[in-house]
Order: sequence, then structure tokens, then C-alpha cells
Amino acid sequence: MAQRIDVKDLNVYYSAFKAVEGVSMSVDPRTVTAFIGPSGCGKSTFLRTLNRMHEVIPGGRVEGSVQLNGRDLYGKDVDPVAVRRTVGMVFQRPNPFPTMSIFDNVAAGMRLNGEKNKKVLQERVEKSLRGANLWNEVKDRLAKPGAGLSGGQQQRLCIARAIAVQPQVLLMDEPCSALDPISTMAIEDLINELKTEFTIVIVTHNMQQAARVSDRTAFFNLAATGKPGKLIEINDTDKIFSNPAEKATEDYISGRFG
Amino acid sequence: MSTITGHSELDAEPSGDKASTGRRGDRIFGGLATGSGIFVVVLVIAVGGFLLSQAVPALLKNDANFLFDRVWEVNDSGMRFGIPDLLYVTVVSSLMAMIIAVPIAVLVALFLTQYAPKRLASPAAYLVDLLAAVPSIVYGIWGFYVFRPYTTGFQDWLAEHFGWTVLLEGPVSLGTVFLASIVLAIMILPIITAISREVFAQTPSTHKEGALALGATRWEMIRTAVIPFGTPGVISASMLGLGRALGETVAVMIIVGTNPGIFRFSLFAGGETFASKIANNSAEFGSSSKVGAFIAAGLMLFILTFLVNAAARVIIERRKAFSE
Amino acid sequence: MSTLTQDTVSPAPASPIDKPNTMRAVKDKLATVAVYTAFLIAVIPLVWILYTVISKGAGALLNPEWWTNSQRGITARTVGGGAYHAIIGTLIQAAITAVIAVPIGVFTAIYLVEYGRGKLARAVSFMVDILTGVPSIVAALFIYTLWVTTFGFERVAFAVCLALVLLMIPVVVRSTEEMLKLVPNELREASYALGVPKWKTIMKVVLPTAFSGIVTGVLLGLARVMGETAPLLILGPPSKAINMNPFEGFMAALPTMINGERDQVVQAAYDRYWGAALTLIILVMALNIAGRLISRFNKVSR
Repeated sequence: MAQRIDVKDLNVYYSAFKAVEGVSMSVDPRTVTAFIGPSGCGKSTFLRTLNRMHEVIPGGRVEGSVQLNGRDLYGKDVDPVAVRRTVGMVFQRPNPFPTMSIFDNVAAGMRLNGEKNKKVLQERVEKSLRGANLWNEVKDRLAKPGAGLSGGQQQRLCIARAIAVQPQVLLMDEPCSALDPISTMAIEDLINELKTEFTIVIVTHNMQQAARVSDRTAFFNLAATGKPGKLIEINDTDKIFSNPAEKATEDYISGRFG
Repeated sequence: MSTITGHSELDAEPSGDKASTGRRGDRIFGGLATGSGIFVVVLVIAVGGFLLSQAVPALLKNDANFLFDRVWEVNDSGMRFGIPDLLYVTVVSSLMAMIIAVPIAVLVALFLTQYAPKRLASPAAYLVDLLAAVPSIVYGIWGFYVFRPYTTGFQDWLAEHFGWTVLLEGPVSLGTVFLASIVLAIMILPIITAISREVFAQTPSTHKEGALALGATRWEMIRTAVIPFGTPGVISASMLGLGRALGETVAVMIIVGTNPGIFRFSLFAGGETFASKIANNSAEFGSSSKVGAFIAAGLMLFILTFLVNAAARVIIERRKAFSE
Repeated sequence: MSTLTQDTVSPAPASPIDKPNTMRAVKDKLATVAVYTAFLIAVIPLVWILYTVISKGAGALLNPEWWTNSQRGITARTVGGGAYHAIIGTLIQAAITAVIAVPIGVFTAIYLVEYGRGKLARAVSFMVDILTGVPSIVAALFIYTLWVTTFGFERVAFAVCLALVLLMIPVVVRSTEEMLKLVPNELREASYALGVPKWKTIMKVVLPTAFSGIVTGVLLGLARVMGETAPLLILGPPSKAINMNPFEGFMAALPTMINGERDQVVQAAYDRYWGAALTLIILVMALNIAGRLISRFNKVSR
């Protein structure tokens, strides 16, 4: 059920400010694509346009097209809510709903979609928690609040919550930046497993992480502060890290700036 | 009460404070500040104490049971007074006001924090706040002389169709508890809205985005993230509103107190609350011989509002402990 | 559509973004409509009341006598007279109330923010909350038991002011407290580092920084107590003549002027009480709006 993404000439705005300019790229199904680049280069902003979360921010809008299996996400008759159900998202900081139990957190999305059947819910919660490598740790305390888990567990809970609605694409916005190294490893292992089922796009600050988890890597950069961010190049990950086409990419990955 | 334990701590205070040097200016200034603080504590205790001290003699002279007898005959020959009718009207009108005001206030708070365009949100919030600036006597005359004629048809209709319930039994009096409740609801709307607005606005955007990213509509996002986060705040806001309604005097006096008549349990009867009873009899306060009964009623009102406000405060404190 | 997904595993539709769930979309729309409607419902009474008071009261205010004359010697049936006695009474009472309540309120807030720790601070903060919730009629009864029954004094305007002080203190404390908390600690520390004693730091650095916020709180507090009627009923019987002495005789006030005439059915009295209501609203709203404007101005300057 994983699907491909095709972006054409996408400009992203915050009100009048153009944050990202002229991005075109394709993402194949069942691959992991990493976005890297210095802070403020617009990689997270761009990521949020892939499930129309960008327009949640007042003044947020885009020009250009983002296609999911050939369907324009920004088409006139497309419901942004349906887009977000199809393209799931995991955020920088784990954000389980604080008033809900672990079970309810995972079930939240399914319940929103009208799933009331208890058996279905239970099955899918277990499957999602297993999928997020969290089942064994929490199976005895599903009724406890999700906020009581460690940071890494919370993040995996959020991943379970995202995959429980059976999206076709999973976006991850620096999912490990608030986590310790051991939890980070657990998430990276998880990403490797998840890509058999989902198309994954991940924003990361950590170049080793990009090298470890992704099949393809996109490098974003901006000419100067106040200028829009741009996609510099996108290629297979080993190409980017061994033999980049652009000078800026090489400078960045060799640590000369950023 | 807690001040007694507080006093001993007070003495240790200034010396433990590194920024205060022992000089005279600091001692005087710190003393003034601490003194004002203590004054406020003493003031509230004095309110309870004085009311109690004046109510007790009247209660001793009372030939009726204060809590259970439904009479109020206070004159020079003797005193027979009880509060059940007052308590009933006070509580029922305030609860009704809450039932009307809370849902609207919550929706308005959601409008102001989640729906209204940014540029519109703060002037809109200000408009709602202005409702709190209207003096209660103006609510009273507006409610009775202007608004009432528009409600009689609806009240008659309710009494006609739902009269079999005790609460909605006809006939409809001139100034009714029902009308008072609506006006009270308008009066407590701003405070409930203001506090709900504050807590809704504090909902972490990560929670809201978490819900939206699952494919929640805006309303579903509000139900999954905003409302659960704000519920304790809304509850305590409602309690504060309830406290206001319980103690509201003049508006209620003008609306229901015009002709209390024979007591009925119906919302369509007139009636008197603690506050309106006292205010209606303000002429008695010229001579202090008979006021004891009214002060006893005032004491009950004080206790009632104290409990409601203290409960609201406890809920707010607990929420703070949660979110930190 | 997803209306019937009773099978154990609900299959993902082929291209789900084409198929928004109508039920959910409808619910979302309904909620939006409800929320906008609620706001309209909340604003209607405000507009209605303002319209009523202006349309019924403006006539009285347009007569210059309104601002210069009292009601002395004028019965309910006679046209004429003014509200000067009541306006001046309300202003005098507000001024006395502010003079007493503001220092106590500001110092209490200073205690809570700058000095208070431990149990006493918690007790003070709790009591301020309770004071916020004390009904005006209870405040009036308390002052009555103190002023009339205990001390044996007559009912005069000053006693009304004391009751209003009770109602105004918590408003001043809370708004001042908010403002003082906003003053950054670096400012205090910078002052201490210069060897300035704590009390001077508060007087010269903290209070001036928070000044406009405190003024806002005072104005809002005044707006609240000026419209109070209950203390006037218990402690300040109405008067039709001008009396500027808060310690002797009865002093008029706008709320009691309204209350005194409201059950008269003659046009003259009718015009007068709506006129008094409009005057009162103008006073209260002016204070309220001034308070908000100052606080807005303050925000800009920060």
C-alpha cells in the first residue's frame, strides 16, 4: 500500500515570506528518503507540505504540485483531512495525548475514523505496537497514561499511533533529536523494518543517521538568511556521501559548514 | 486558621532573604508588604467572624428551625425564620444559569482560540469581556423591563407543554426564576469564557498537530487535544461563575423579587435568593434590631460561595501540578 | 465509503484522498456553525443592552441640567432635575475606595511576588481568591456588622466605600501580581548588583516597570466597584440632594438613583433612571476602555 510521491516546482510560503523555492523530486514506494541540510533551510517546512500540515500554521500556503500516486494533494476537491490520514507524521518531540492511556493513544486515529469494533481496535493496536517494537514493553500496562513512558518509548508510541491508521506514507520530522543514543538506535532499527510497508521520508540533523537509515538523501540549503531554501541535490545515499555532484553538498557533509 | 502557623514562619522570613539588607528602609517596606498580606487574610476571617457573631444571637432568638422551616417572619414581636426556600431558589437559579452559560462560554472560548482569524480574535474577546463591565443593576432593569416581554411567549409555551414536570409548572409569574437564570447566565458568561479561553490557548501545539496529523478534522482535533487539556480549567471557571451567580444581588432582586408571592418549586414562579432577600429588605437596616436574621442568611451565602470558590481554586491548583 | 467496516481488518481504500468521509465533514461543519453562533449569541446581549440604554437614556443626558442639577425637590412625576448629585457621589465614593484599596492591594501583590514564601504566602493567595468570590452583599453585611452594630456609627457613604474596598482589593492584587511577575528577574539582579537595597529596587525598578499594568488593574477594579449596588442598599440610603461629605448624611450615587426610580411608571422617572443607567455605563465603560488601552500600549512598549 506504499505509494510514490512526485513533487513539481513547489514553492512554500509563510504569508508573504517564501520559505522554500522550486523543489522538484520523486520518492519511490518502500524507500527511505532522508532530508539533510543546515538549520532554517526549509527541510522541515517542505516535509510538512507533503501531508498539508504546513497550512495549519496561519499564513502557510504553497504553489506547485505534490502528487501521491498521480493524484495532486493540493487539488481543488481534495480534503486535507483525508490527506493527513493517508500520509502519517511523527514529530520532533514525542507528543502522546496526555489525557489518554497507551491503548487509547494508539487507537485515537482509528476511533477518529469511526472504528468502534473492540476486537478490531485491540488487534490493530497490538499490531501497531508490535510494528513499533513497543508491544513487549507496554503490553502489561496498556491502560496507563502514555505520558508515563520514557522519551524513546513515547516516540515509538507516536509511531505506533501514526501507523495504526494504516497510512501509505510516513513522514518523520527529526524523530530522534529529543532522544538518547540507545532510543535513537531503536527508532532507526524500526525505520528499517517499517520501510517494507511504508514509504518513509525523514528529516534529520544527523548525517550519520541519514547514511544509516536512508536509501536516498536530499540536501537542502539556503543562499543566505532571509532567502528561500532550495533543494540542492537528491541522489542515492551512498552517492551523496561518497561522490556528491554539488560543491555545497560536499562542503556540508564534510563538515565545512552547517 | 492557617495564619497562626503562618506567623511563626513570618519572623524567619526577612532574615532568610538574601536581597533584603537589615537596613531600616527594607524593614519598613517589607513590613508594609507583609502587613498588607496579613491584613487580607485577617479581613476574610473577619468577614466570617463578624457575620457569625451577629448571626448567632439572632439564631438563638429564632423560634423556627433555621435550616428546615419554611417561614420568614421577622418583626418586632418575634423572629421565625428558616432558609430552605431561599436556598432552593439561590441554588436552582445559579445552576440553571450555569447550565445555560457553560456550553456557550466553552464554544465562545473555542471560537476565540481555535476558529477566529488572528486579527479578529482579540477585539472579539474584548467584546465578550465588556459584558462583564455592564453594572448588575443595568442587567436588572434591562432584563425585567426590556428582555422579559420577549421571553413570556416561550415561558408560556414551556409551561403549557412541559407543565407536568414540577420545574416547569405554570402559571408563569411576572418575574420568574427562569428569566433570572437567563440574565445570570449572561452575567457569568464573560468570566467562564475568559478562563476557558486562557486554558484552551495554552494547549500545546504539538498535541494539536499530533491530532491533525492523524487525519483529524478541526473539530476532532479540538475534541482529542484541546478539550481534554482544558477540562479542569473549564470546570474551575464554571465554579467561579457559579459563585458569582450565587451571590448576585441586584439583578436577581429586580427580576424575581418584584412579587415573590406564594412559594412554588417551579422555575416559572418568582422567589427570593439569599442575596435578593437581604437586598429587598434593605429598609430594615435602618434599625439594627431585626437585621440578625438577614445577617444569618448572609452568612449562609458567604459559606456557600466560600465552598464553591475554594473548590474552584483546588481544581486549578491540581491542574497546575499536572501541567508542570 | 467507510460507513460499513465491520470486517476484522478494514481494507485501505485504493485512493483514499478522493474519499473524504461525509459524516465527519458534516460534523466538522456543524461544529464550526455552532461555535460561530455561540459567539453571536454572546454578543447579542451586549449590543442589545447598549442600544437600549443609549436609546432610552440619551434624551436625559442631552439636557444640560442633567450635568449640573440635583433631584432636590423633584418628585417622580415632575420632569427635570439632574444627576449631578449622583454622579459626584459615585465619583467621590470611587475615589475614596481607590485611595484605601490601591495601597493595600499593591502592597499585598508586592508581598506575594517579592517577599512571600511558604504557608503565609499560600494563605494570602488563597484568601485573595476567596475575596474575589465574596458577593457584594456579603461585603456590605460585614461592614454593616462592623460599622453600625459594633461601632454604633450611622450609615454613611464612607461605610459604603469600606465595603467597596473589600471588593476592589482582590482585583488590584491580582492584576498587580501579574504585572510584577512579568518584570524580568535580571532587572532586579542588576539593581542588587549596584548595591541598591531591595525596597529601593522594588520602588525604583520593579514598580515603574509594571506601572502601566498596575494602572490598568486599578481602573478595571474601579469600573467594577462603581457599578455595585448592593453595598449602597445596605449602607448608603439614597439622597436627592448634593452631599459631598462622606462622613455625614446620605450621599447619592448612580446605582441608587436608578433603583429609586425604577418602579415608577411615569415617563419623567422612566427617563431619569435610563439616563442614570446610561451615565453609569459611560463612566464604567470609559474606565474599562481606558484600562485596556493602557495595557495595550504597555504591551507595545515591551
